[in-house]
Parts: sequence; C-alpha cells; structure tokens
Amino acid sequence: MTAHLKQDEPDTENFLDTMKQGVLGKPVSRVEGLAKVTGTAPYAAEYPIENAADGVIVTSTIVRGEVVSIDKASALAMPGVLAIIDDERLTTRAAQGTAGEAPQQGPTQVFFWGQPIAVVVAETFEQARDAAKHLKVEYRAEEGAPLDPSDAEPEEQEDETVDQGDLAQAMSRADHAVDLAITTEGHASAAMEPHAAIAQWEGDKLTVHASLQMLNYNIAELADTLGIAEDRVRLVSRYVGGGFGSKLGVSEEVVAAAIAAEQVGRPVRVVMSRQQVFQCVMRRSETTQRLRLAGDGEGKLYGFGHEALVSNLPGEEFAEPVLQSSHFLYGGANRALKLEVARIHRMTAGSVRAPGEAVGMPALEIAMDVLAEKSGIDPVELRLRNIPDRDPEEDLPFSSHKLAECLKQGAERFGWDSGARSPRHTLDGEWWTGTGMASAARVHNVGEARARVTLKPDGTAEIRSDMTDIGTGTYTILAQLVAEMLGIAVDDVLVQLGDTDFPRGPGSGGSWGAASIGSAAYLACRALRRMLAEKAGTDESELVLRDGAVDGGRSLVELLDGEELSEEGHYEPGDIADSHTASGFGAFFAEVRVNRFTGETRVDRMLGAFGFGRVLNEKTARSQCLGGITWSIGAALTEALHFDPNDGHLVNCDLAEYHVPVNRDVGEVEVLMVEERDPVASPIQAKGIGELGMCGGAGAIANAIYNACGARVLSFPMTPDRVLEVMPE
Amino acid sequence: MPDTITINGTDHPLPSDPRTSLLDFLRQDLGLHGTKKGCDHGQCGACTVIVNGMRINSCLTLAALHDGDDVTTIEGLGTPENPSPLQVAFVEHDGYQCGYCTPGQVCSATAMLDEIKAGFASDASADLTSEMKATAEEIRERMSGNLCRCGAYANIVAAIRDVAEQGDAA
Repeated sequence: MTAHLKQDEPDTENFLDTMKQGVLGKPVSRVEGLAKVTGTAPYAAEYPIENAADGVIVTSTIVRGEVVSIDKASALAMPGVLAIIDDERLTTRAAQGTAGEAPQQGPTQVFFWGQPIAVVVAETFEQARDAAKHLKVEYRAEEGAPLDPSDAEPEEQEDETVDQGDLAQAMSRADHAVDLAITTEGHASAAMEPHAAIAQWEGDKLTVHASLQMLNYNIAELADTLGIAEDRVRLVSRYVGGGFGSKLGVSEEVVAAAIAAEQVGRPVRVVMSRQQVFQCVMRRSETTQRLRLAGDGEGKLYGFGHEALVSNLPGEEFAEPVLQSSHFLYGGANRALKLEVARIHRMTAGSVRAPGEAVGMPALEIAMDVLAEKSGIDPVELRLRNIPDRDPEEDLPFSSHKLAECLKQGAERFGWDSGARSPRHTLDGEWWTGTGMASAARVHNVGEARARVTLKPDGTAEIRSDMTDIGTGTYTILAQLVAEMLGIAVDDVLVQLGDTDFPRGPGSGGSWGAASIGSAAYLACRALRRMLAEKAGTDESELVLRDGAVDGGRSLVELLDGEELSEEGHYEPGDIADSHTASGFGAFFAEVRVNRFTGETRVDRMLGAFGFGRVLNEKTARSQCLGGITWSIGAALTEALHFDPNDGHLVNCDLAEYHVPVNRDVGEVEVLMVEERDPVASPIQAKGIGELGMCGGAGAIANAIYNACGARVLSFPMTPDRVLEVMPE
Repeated sequence: MPDTITINGTDHPLPSDPRTSLLDFLRQDLGLHGTKKGCDHGQCGACTVIVNGMRINSCLTLAALHDGDDVTTIEGLGTPENPSPLQVAFVEHDGYQCGYCTPGQVCSATAMLDEIKAGFASDASADLTSEMKATAEEIRERMSGNLCRCGAYANIVAAIRDVAEQGDAA
C-alpha cells in the first residue's frame, strides 16, 4: 500500500498544527550528533571492507586533445600496483544534478585541464599514489581551445529571455536610472569531505559506499554508465561530509571504483585528493552581469533589466541561473532579462550552493543600493516600495511572501538607521565603519519522494528512505515529524537514510529535501493514523496521539496488540507549481570595517531575517541560515577561482589558495526566522532554507563597504586591491 | 627495541612504509577513522590530533617520526556513551552540520583551551603579559586553522565558550 499525493491544490488545513506531541519545530539536538562529535559516524571511505585495494585517479595535463598512449608496463612494474585502468566507460565529469543518466565518458578524449584519464590501483594508497605520479602519458594536444568567456561567441538561453514593454525607453525617461556592469568570479563547493567511494562486487551485484547527495538519481546514473540494470546496483551514503552541489550527480571516483573493483576482482577504494576535487568536479561559473533599473521620483521601479553571461563546457546543459529570482523579486512593467553561455574549456560548471541567486542577487542588490542613493530613499524603504503583488512576468500569485516582514523586523532588530545615508561617516582609528543591507530570495523547489514509516508493536517507529542528510538536519527533522504525527518521543523514532535498498527519496539539493521527504513521511504517517483511528474506533481527524497513547485512553502498545503497521508515503509535485510563484524571502543587514590604508574588510556583525514556511527544527534551521551567511562572507570578500590564461589550469586548487571563510572571518551573526505557513510549498507548509541564507548576503556586505569607505566595488570578491582601487582619497 | 607509538593509551608498532603519514596510519592501518582527511596538505585542520599534549595536523607528519610519542585522537577524548564536555557542548550548540570537520574541531579546541590556560598568546591578544582569557575573539583566532565549510563557526565558538566558562567556574 502507498499513501500517494500529487499536490494540485494549496493545503490550508495545516494539519500538523493540530498534532499534540509538541516536538516539531522545537530546537531538538541532532539525533546523530554524538556519532559525529565522537568520530564514530562513518563517511564513504571509512567502511571496514575486507581486502580493499586503493585507487588513485590520474588527471590530464593538457586542456583539449587526446590521450595517445599510457605506459602501463612501467607503472605495473612498481611495487604493489595491480592495474592501470583507462576503460572507455570511465567518466570524465560528474553528472549534473538530477541528470539520471551517464555523464560524459571516454577518458582518452580530453576537454579540460585536470580531467580524469585513468585510475591506478595498488595494494596500498602510498603505492597507488606513487605509481599515479609516475605514470607516463603521451598526449596529442589540440591548440586554440577557448579558455576565457570573452574568447567565445555566447549562446543565448532563450527560455530565460524576457522582453516586456520597452526598457530602453523607460531608462531614458526615468527620474533615476542605474546601469551597472558587475562581475563575479567562479566558486568551488569545497565540501570538507573529499569525494570518495568504495566499490565491491558480489557476483553481478555492485555495492558502492559513496559520498553523494541524490542516490535516487545517482543509481540510474551509475547503472547507465556501467551499462547494467539498476537492480544490480546499491548505493550507500549514510553520512555525507558536505555537498553544496558538488555531490549531486554521480562523480568520477564512484565510476572509477566500480570499474576498478570489477577488473581487479576485489573491492577498491578511490578518494579524490583535494586538488582533484577542485579540478574535476564542479565549479560555479564566473558571471558578467548588467543591471538596469529605471525608477520614478518615489523610487518605484518601472523598468528592470538583468543580463548575464556565464560559461560551461561544450555539451553541458547547465547554465548558472543568475536571473532566477530577478524574474519576480521586484516590480517594473518594462523588463529585459537575458542569459547567455560561453562555451569554454574549464572544468564542468554546475550547481554550487544556491546556483543563480548566490551571484545574481548580490549584483541586483548593489544596483538597488545605488538606486536608493540616487533617489534619496532609505534602502529598506526602496525595497518595500517595490514588492510586487503578483509575479510581474508570469502574472501569478505568490504562494506566500514574507519579504516586507523580513525587511521590517530585520531592520528593527539590527538597529538599522533609516536616516540620511552618506558614506565615510565614521572613522575609528584606521577603520572606516558602515552598514549595508540587501533582500534575499531563493526559488522554492520540491521533488518526488517516497518514505516508508513502520510503527512497531512496542510503540516505536522507524522511517526509511534513500534520502541523504548532508549536514542539513534530515535525520532529525524526520524523527521530529514522525514523532509529532504518531504522538511518540523523538528518541523512539529510528531514522534510516542513505541506502538505495530503501524507498526513493528526493535527494538533497536545491533546498528541496526537507519539504519533499517531509511530505512523504507526513503522508505515510497520515495513513498510519487512519489505521490507528480505526483500531481506536474514531476518525483520524479526532485521533489525538500523545506520549505513546491515545489521549486519555489506551497506549499504542495496547492498541497495536502485537501488530506492526507500515505504510509508504509517496509525494509528487503537482499542477500547483505552475499556478503560483513560490520562493523563500528574507533580508540581510551587515556592519563592516574597512581599513583606510590596506583596503581590508572585516565583517563585524550580520543579521539575516528569513521567511521560509514552517520551521521544522529551530536549531538546525538556524544553522542552515548561519551557514548561508558564512558563505555570503566568502562570496563577498575572498572566494574566487583563478585560471591560468595560457594553459587554462586552475591555479588555486586547494584550501590554502582558495579562501573559504575561517572562524575569525565571521563576526557576530544573528538569525531571525519569520515563521509562516506556505500552503502551496508542500503539504507540511515548509519551504527550503539551505540556500536562502546566501542569496543576497554578499550584496549587503558590498553595500556596507560603500557606506563605510565610499568604495563602490563592482567586482566580487571585494579583495583589498579592488577596494583600494576605487576608495576615494 | 621495536619502534612504537602510543595511540589513546595503546602501543602500536610504527608502519613499515616510511611514506605513511600519521593520518593515513591512523585511518588505514589502525582503522581509527574519527580523524578525517580533508586536504592532506595541512590547510583544513580536519586531521587535528593531540601529540604529547600539543595539537598538530596529522597529515603533515610521517608516522615514522613519532617513535615513543603519545597521541590522542577523537576516539581517545570521548565516546557516544561517555562524551567529553566539549563533545556535549558541540551537540547542544549545533557546532557542526555535516560533521566531517568536527573531530578535528573538537581535538583542536581541547588542546586550544589548554594553550590559553598555559598563557600562550595569539594574534587576538591585546596584552601579552596578563592572563589569557577564552574570549570570543580569542577563540575565533585560535580556531581559524580548522575550516568548517558548512559555516558552523558561530555555534562552534558558542560551544567552546560554554566549556571554557564551565572550566573557569570549576
């Protein structure tokens, strides 16, 4: 039996609010917390699999061309070496998120510097690493591959193009017009756990312990890659050491381990080096953007333009969706939006936390700050005046919309001064100090999800799905949700995730995990409640479950009388996705210091106020927001991929040279959750929160830099050299 | 006399391959996977262990160099049944998300609090002569060698301050 719902209608019943256990939404500590802090939670490379050999990936040292020959004999003669594998099924890129089919295969054709071309397998890691380092490879390089977006003729992404009214005319008659070019550089996910897999074959059945975000898609991707049926593949990812998009699709080490294990006839572990993770998984594309805003004397927008140029490899469908929230965030009847892709030979561009808004929103929010200044209107007030009643392009209603509340409540809590603003108002020793703000927006997504909930005769429950928890809190919110619905303690719910032997979840990505898998769990629990109501001789709507008993009556154990109840919940997004625009909204406020001599920026204080539907766990939701704000600081100040213009290789391919924020880069951070119920977002009224926290935050920091020292920097990241270049004085 | 290294109170012979880092020795040879490999280049701190009372990046040193040394890993600090005060505080304050950097953070914080007690100065110390205090800024500076990409820093600082304050009260 399956409890199925395809959501075609808003759910205004808010059924969860009538439950009585009182655990959902509460700041419950992570149920897997002690395993993580004591180092006993196993990640992909750490399963004690007998007799596993080690594989090390070899990557190309040319940008484009062909591998002509590999001197396997010399490497095979080295101590412990078992095999040199350049099987044509090896993948050379990671699959894009939700691809569900094999990514690019064939390691002899090279499309970017650092592309995997072979895997060396040996008895030990040290032996495999040594042989990989000494492997002699002969290439035929093809000269002239375009390496920089400016070298290639861009392709327009027509489904992103909007041409509504006449923006050029609106700009020419605007009381205040803003026309800015803003650039952002490439980003890396840089999850702390490098990509890793251990593959083992038992007969014709393959099991891979891997570090992947979306097993429901990854199983199809791996099966397709190997040319075998899905039912011969099992993927296990119980703990994932961060993903941020880099582990959405099946990646090169998973396939390499599977093929190597087949060829050497024993389990093989392949772990990417940190440099390889940078070089051959996913990058966020750099962007070149143009923002045009036409405002009237009252600060109301009647013209809105956002164009962006991004890049990717030839043949890749993904284009950084820079304009995603620009389509609906602010009004303006005359609109021009355009997204273009340049085909260049850098590693695959794909999803990195908050694809699109992470770089599009900060640029838009700088333009809004400039408009506020030109119009003489407070930046918070300017945004409040431009919140549209309906989606300005699709003419659809919003599912729920908390931007105004976030702006107002955030401003109040932060202590935002809405008085006249001019830069360089406070100098404290060597440091100019100032404040800035920005709106936050991130589209809401949901995906198809299945989960099985079983209520055992002893009154405890278990939930199973191949859904992953990549640090987002899935284990804990599912325990809370099941506990709330069935009226039992959180500790009495066992959550089993990350195994394709379980029902297919949605996977973790696009901030859709909690709302999607939570809805599947909710549906399964509703069905169990109906069964229990029947046993109790009442309607489900009347059934009150609390503390392991029907309220004022029999305990669950008595009611079950030795029977086990089990149901699979199956949630599918429905037509409702086409009849509403659904998004999380919020506001960022930042206070920074900028050194008048060095141009160094320090973020002393940040506040984020966010509305994202029902809060499922106050503690883990807050942590997601904190994480997003931390990423905002990195995007604003330090994070940039740098490519060699001559040979195209990634220059800063490690954590010493690619600067993610460190502890001291993050000052006081406050999170305000503006709770709401979104009837369209999901049957549990929740939206995503994994990405919203970095959708605009870098813009608040940029605007604070301007307010502090008068440097209007238009290139992210705002490194000291860039700040000094435009700082007055 | 055989070359031995003491890990969490147990003696082990040193590995035969001189190329084996202390980190790989712990993870591969001994199966102590609590110590994590994040970068293998001393850039992220996920592999932090405590050697003779001092925190080090175990990826940056060869196991063979530690003849006679006393190493404490995350497994030696506490267990799920009997966690250390810092481990409890990390859970309470949600000082982690994915959990991969966490053992390194906990080992680092354990030794770092001892460094403050011993009067070690840091870049954040305004005054090098008076008593060192575990202020938020001191903790941020001293924990900056342990990267957390999930961005749990604010909660990590809260967890460590909590334990430092309990320590002051004791």
